[in-house]
Amino acid sequence: MDETIQAQEAAILEDIGEQLKDYDQNRGSLIPILQMIQQRHQYLPPDSIRKVAEHMEIPSSEVYGVATFYNQFRFHPPGKNPIKVCLGTACHVRAADVILENFERKLGIKEGQTSDDREFSLERVACVGCCALAPVAVVGETIHGHMAPSKVEGLLMRIQIHKEMAEREKEKEKNEQS
Amino acid sequence: MSSPETIRQRFAEIAEKAGTEKAAAAGRTVPKIHIGMATCGIASGALETKAAFEEAVAAQGLEAEIHPVGCIGHCYAEPWVIIDYPESGFPPIFYHEVTPGKAKMLTKLFLAEGDPRFEHVYGATVENEMIPSVTEFPRFNKEKRLVMEKCGKIDPERIEEYIAEGGYGGFAQALEGSPDAVIDTIEDARLRGRGGAGFPTGRKWRLAREAQGEEKVVICNADEGDPGAYMDRTLLESNPHQALEGLAICAYAVGAQKAVFYVRAEYPLAVKIITQAIEQAKEAGLLGEKILGSDFSLEVEVFQGSGAFVCGEETALIRSMEGHRGMPIHRPPYPSEKGLGGKPTVINNVKTLATVPPIIEKGADWFKSIGTENSPGTAIFSVVGDVNHPGLVEIPTGVTLRSLIFEVCGGIAKKKKFKAVQIGGPSGGCLPEEFLDTPIDFDSLIQAGAMMGSGGMVVMDEDTCVADVSRFFLDFTQKESCGKCTFCRIGTHHLLEILERITEGEGKEGDAEQLELLSREIVKGSLCGLGRTAPNPVLTSLQYFKEDYDAHIHEKRCPGMMCRPLIAFYIDLEKCARGCDACVGVCPVDAVFTTRTRKKGIDQELCVKCGECVVACPPEYDAVKKVSPPHLAPVIERPPETRTESKKESS
Repeated sequence: MDETIQAQEAAILEDIGEQLKDYDQNRGSLIPILQMIQQRHQYLPPDSIRKVAEHMEIPSSEVYGVATFYNQFRFHPPGKNPIKVCLGTACHVRAADVILENFERKLGIKEGQTSDDREFSLERVACVGCCALAPVAVVGETIHGHMAPSKVEGLLMRIQIHKEMAEREKEKEKNEQS
Repeated sequence: MSSPETIRQRFAEIAEKAGTEKAAAAGRTVPKIHIGMATCGIASGALETKAAFEEAVAAQGLEAEIHPVGCIGHCYAEPWVIIDYPESGFPPIFYHEVTPGKAKMLTKLFLAEGDPRFEHVYGATVENEMIPSVTEFPRFNKEKRLVMEKCGKIDPERIEEYIAEGGYGGFAQALEGSPDAVIDTIEDARLRGRGGAGFPTGRKWRLAREAQGEEKVVICNADEGDPGAYMDRTLLESNPHQALEGLAICAYAVGAQKAVFYVRAEYPLAVKIITQAIEQAKEAGLLGEKILGSDFSLEVEVFQGSGAFVCGEETALIRSMEGHRGMPIHRPPYPSEKGLGGKPTVINNVKTLATVPPIIEKGADWFKSIGTENSPGTAIFSVVGDVNHPGLVEIPTGVTLRSLIFEVCGGIAKKKKFKAVQIGGPSGGCLPEEFLDTPIDFDSLIQAGAMMGSGGMVVMDEDTCVADVSRFFLDFTQKESCGKCTFCRIGTHHLLEILERITEGEGKEGDAEQLELLSREIVKGSLCGLGRTAPNPVLTSLQYFKEDYDAHIHEKRCPGMMCRPLIAFYIDLEKCARGCDACVGVCPVDAVFTTRTRKKGIDQELCVKCGECVVACPPEYDAVKKVSPPHLAPVIERPPETRTESKKESS
């Protein structure tokens, strides 16, 4: 497992190196560069910060300082099923913190973390923009409105079932082939 | 050489082309289905609804035009559709909450058989003799739409539709005259910045126009950061060209060659739509070199903001564009003299810019006839919380809060009582019932202690805890403080600590006074608007809802029953039905147990106070009760065996 992750990260760095050629050293390009990395790889690996600093010829602490200032950037990979719980004003008054807590409890991770098997990650976001559906949780790209603690369980169960179904399909295919 | 005639002629050609297309579309008799497809609509399932229509139309062998449009702001009705089927003899009809099933049914019964299914109709969009029209509802007739007028009517991804509705006419008109004439009109119209502070837009432009410098920049600020407001995004997603047109007019007025759209990266759909809009405007010859044959050239680009609330502050926004942390710097010099890269820079909010084209087109006097004298025009609010009809509302200034909440938004949901309204998001204030007759405009709201701010409005019913809402906003501003000023950085942290203490039932004597003292110091000791307004939620709630704080501090009681450490749930054994298990299944932590009499009880140690059992308990029993302070809950002994049993099951 470790080796595959290392290989992945090496590939990411190589890709970043390729992409950096398109950007000049102008300080104004810093945030667009970080956004490009995040968009291509969903997070900023530690080595990428160094790479960007080398490219811009500024200390890595500067790059890190800018990256951590903004909410957009994340420093660890998201899970296969990224879960975002909206804690905007409307969701807050409809007890969104209870929903977040229930996700934390069921997944065994805290807000801002990714589960060990990289299946789930949990985040809080400020306003998804569908306040009429409050409280809201976003799993992957799908928005789930009118959340309730009991719905949390259902959602996670559904993901689990889908995963198992997919695995069974794969196995079936394998068996058919052999 | 530019002359007003060539500009007029060139624009007339563009407008005519778009107009013919519109006329051709209107001439076709096939039914048109308009579906709201902005982020909010998609969240409610508009994509599925659209697919269902497409499938059903194909299955029935019908011909229909499915027209994706932006958002009309009626969030409670999502996903909505308007079916315009002239041949059926009915006017265009507005349907709300159209699920895929409803879509299939409407296709079959209305499109194929001509029956509009009256029980599902919300209203006709125009007045007529057959169906009650939506204009009879206060939501529709109290509103006055300048900025959102075309939202939900046009396809935001097609510039032709905007032009056919009269779009870019204001820009062409501005180009015919001199830049000074544009600024005169805006000054005369007394337009004030819609970003929150209400600075006169005309004066800002004049300062930048008169500033020294070859190159100038104009920026549209769409970096919406308020956790409860989403109108900027909706505007860009539903009608990007109106803001773009406003930006182009602004650039012409101040003499800028470069314009930037600063859009939040977290709004991917808005980024995509605005980028596309810029491309289309360039292709149409409305941006780029020598626009419409005049001497004016303009390049527009998009910069994606990375999400920091403080970047709503002009100087912080500029710092972030220069690749630094978004920390405000001291003014003067104001950005209008020395802004991005040292060039004179004008930064306007999306709503301000979107208000500009209609003013240029219809004149300052027309604009001044709307709303109040000192803040003419309209105000957009995203009204959320405990109202029946949440959503985006655009009303003329001067309408009272009461009218907005009780007429336009349909009053308080679930027949509860009004408690407070929070206006202006993290920088605004919380107003009680006495202030409901306050007219909505910049000055009246500031006098009452709130502010227009970003336009977020949260309506709270009697079951809301004002102290908890203040804690929520402080939690936000504390995290978003950039850290430059000590009072903002450490002061908000301490405020939050005290508020957390209070809402957890650990409040001490003198905490309320401490909050007030600290708040006043933060206001005095901060450089930018974030710090100066951050204590507003605390100050106003302390002023108007002191008894709430006192109940928390002295009695350890939460009057709104929201602060979880201060409440408890219990089951009223008189009301609980023997053998009913409704509350057992929904409890996420197995805290509900069965007593020896086969009724239910709640294990207070395990209970996380999520309130699911209240929802699950059938209304005819209504046995789950909520109390504050928690020690009021009667103790029901849990038989020891049930606890071990449920633990075994869960493990």
